[in-house]
Amino acid sequence: MKQSLIARVGLPRIIIFAFLLLLLALCVLTKQDLGAITGDVIVRFGMNGILALSMFPSILCGAGLNFGVPIGVIAGLVGGLLSVEFGMTGFGGVAAACLFSVPIAVAFGYLYGKLLNTVKGNEIVVGNYISYAAVSLMCIFWLLMPFTNPAITWPIRGTGVRTTVTLEGFYDGLLNDTLSFTVLGVKIPTLLLAAFALACVLIWLFSRSKTGLLMKAAGENPMYAAAAGISVDAMRLKGIILSTLLAAVGIVIYSQSYGFYQLYNAPLNMAFAPVAAVLLGGATTRTVKIRHVIIGTFLFQAIITVAMPVANQLAPDGGLAEVARIIVSNGIILYALMQSGGERK
Amino acid sequence: MESEQPRLSLRHISKSYSGNRVLSDVSLDVRAGEIHALLGENGAGKSTLMKILMGMDEIRQSGGFEGEILLDGEPVQIDSPKRAHELGVCMVHQELMLVNGFTVAENIRVGREPVKRIGRGERDAACLPIDFSRLREQAKTALERLHVELDGDMPIAELPVTQMQFVEIAREVDRPGIRLLILDEPTAVLNDEEAECLLDRMARLKQSGLSILFITHRLGEVLRCCDRITVLRDGAVAGRAESGKTSAAAIAEMMIGKRLLAIHTSERISFGEPTEEPVLQLNGFWADLPGERVERLDLEVRRGEILGLGGLSGQGKIGFANGLMGLCPSGGVVILDGRELSLGDAGSVLRAGFGFVSEDRRRVGLLSGSSIEENIAIPAMLNFGRFLRRVGPVQMIDRRAMRANALEFIHALDIRCTGPDQPAGMLSGGNQQKVCVAQALTLRPRILLVSEPTRGIDIGAKHLLLNVLLRLNREQGITIVFTSSELQELRSVCDRIAIISRGRVAGILPPDAPEAEFGLMMSGLDVKRSGV
Repeated sequence: MKQSLIARVGLPRIIIFAFLLLLLALCVLTKQDLGAITGDVIVRFGMNGILALSMFPSILCGAGLNFGVPIGVIAGLVGGLLSVEFGMTGFGGVAAACLFSVPIAVAFGYLYGKLLNTVKGNEIVVGNYISYAAVSLMCIFWLLMPFTNPAITWPIRGTGVRTTVTLEGFYDGLLNDTLSFTVLGVKIPTLLLAAFALACVLIWLFSRSKTGLLMKAAGENPMYAAAAGISVDAMRLKGIILSTLLAAVGIVIYSQSYGFYQLYNAPLNMAFAPVAAVLLGGATTRTVKIRHVIIGTFLFQAIITVAMPVANQLAPDGGLAEVARIIVSNGIILYALMQSGGERK
Repeated sequence: MESEQPRLSLRHISKSYSGNRVLSDVSLDVRAGEIHALLGENGAGKSTLMKILMGMDEIRQSGGFEGEILLDGEPVQIDSPKRAHELGVCMVHQELMLVNGFTVAENIRVGREPVKRIGRGERDAACLPIDFSRLREQAKTALERLHVELDGDMPIAELPVTQMQFVEIAREVDRPGIRLLILDEPTAVLNDEEAECLLDRMARLKQSGLSILFITHRLGEVLRCCDRITVLRDGAVAGRAESGKTSAAAIAEMMIGKRLLAIHTSERISFGEPTEEPVLQLNGFWADLPGERVERLDLEVRRGEILGLGGLSGQGKIGFANGLMGLCPSGGVVILDGRELSLGDAGSVLRAGFGFVSEDRRRVGLLSGSSIEENIAIPAMLNFGRFLRRVGPVQMIDRRAMRANALEFIHALDIRCTGPDQPAGMLSGGNQQKVCVAQALTLRPRILLVSEPTRGIDIGAKHLLLNVLLRLNREQGITIVFTSSELQELRSVCDRIAIISRGRVAGILPPDAPEAEFGLMMSGLDVKRSGV
């Protein structure tokens, strides 16, 4: 059972880690504020964590990478807007946003899961298209929704939802700032990390429950599951619902840190960062562990955060940093999908 | 007759796969205008011999073969299927090889489509348009040669399977310069009437001077239409016969061999007889497992016995357990201890008291990425709520109980592993099989369905597993339905052996019945034996 260090950690993680070190060295050379950058990395790690965690149940139940994250994101956004509509602030606001989004996410997840059960093996493609469709449909609904709070509606028109709803005065940065402290010039967003950690622990416990284990069995080998009496479709459905739910809660946590709810086309790209993160962390389309989510989110967000100031320094004009982010995240997805496809003989 | 040059002559053919000898010193002559039957059980070496004859890549890649092949007296090197076709050796494979989107005519001429000549001069035919009217004509001629009436414009996918078979034969027979046609179990998918029709066409082809090498399991067909017979067993020629001067019983004995009884008597351990009382009754049970269809099974399993299900592959013996477990569409009346069982859901069947060990341990039997202990525990956890403890509203896994159970079986079945947390996929075949058995036993079944447990495992593990089955039956009174392709195995542990042929019970024999009877039943001849 002895494996070399490279085999155990995995070549992709070593390469990315080396790349990260290189970027950090460049940061030092270009005299960047390392403390601020490290703080940014930690914040981005915390705010993206639960979104990445939403990949866990969908891979576990055999539906593969959930490219339908935007569906959960939409549910979370509706929940979040409701909390703003009712003028809820502080922890109550965040809690309400999460609670409001639960039934919506469950309903969306159920429909999405039903659909995915009819297209087994093509979840990635179908998930992508459904996301596009759902986001486009929502672009109409955002305009029609009967919100009345002026913080949400268009200032002149007085109806419909704005493209971005600021959380200033509601719960902007609540989890980031409360109980935070500074070590060596790095601000630690205590509650944000705690929220991610709590979500990880809950999902880990879930994976050790009866349902979790049966879900894993259904995902790993549907024929074994059928012979054991497990209803594969029901397990997949539960996995997708849980994944959608996590995406909904994930976007609330993400948005409170970011300071805005971003609507209309914004949810469309929310799938790529989580997908890239878990793949980078060592997950495949069929197997995933909580540590893949944690390591992957950290490495992925660190690369992007550190690369930005470096890229801006090296090529001050234009959005090179954004271009680099897209190349890196899509490159990682492509690489990982090739890997998981290539193992089958 | 003696002086006549044989059409095909195989001389001293031997072949090994990585040290494992599958053919040794096989010689065979096929005369011109003769139908020669090649018989043998599954794994006797028939397909390997055909692969050599067709020059399949597989043979070359695994180190070639020894011996020589002569066609009309001339030694030939057949190093690719293309070369075989050039030499006039053509084969209709057991699996249909047709292009689904094409019509009958297009399938017959596929790869040899006639083209229209445009302008003058030599041009690569690949760039020229297909001459469809000529193609239709040619296909029609080919079908006429077989005396088959078929519309060449029919899409192939709409034909019944018999007709597809004819299209395949027409395609091969239409190849220029064909000297030898190999038919690999062409009647396996056909019913009696259809098979009869095919045999008739074969006889006509023979009259036109073609030599046919006919691989089949059905002895009746052989005696009716073949001229001479060669029987393979364990990779060697077990016997030859002329069909006019032999009987089905004699051929069956050649196929199965005498060696079995000796092993059987030495292994048989008797622990008292099972009762006559039926524990499981099947009435009109059917199961639609592709390739292993169960047409209609009427069978009684007695309490405390080991019932063997034997028969050739493709005849439906595998379909029984899979159908009962609801892994393929199935139906009919299944009565367990006087109560009718509802089919279609594995869970309810497991809860009724069945244990199931699949014939396909890699795909159905195991979660290869998961630990041994999880593999063993999951069905019992789901269906009987074992290995669980309640934490508030949630049912959590009782890891300790799960481990204790796994350790017990690792010890009892001698599963060689690094520990109960080792992924099941990393074990050897025999040990994987033991995990599957442990999984079924953790359900504490009253009836254990075991299919092909010894396939692909070494001899030591084989003995251990058979002993485990015997012990379970004798010491714990578990009724076992044991499906196996190896008759020798069945005869060493079973109380009764039911032979499944064409999806039905061909008959039930005691394990010490003469081998010829087994052979005849397997071959689909009607032999009724009463009083067993």
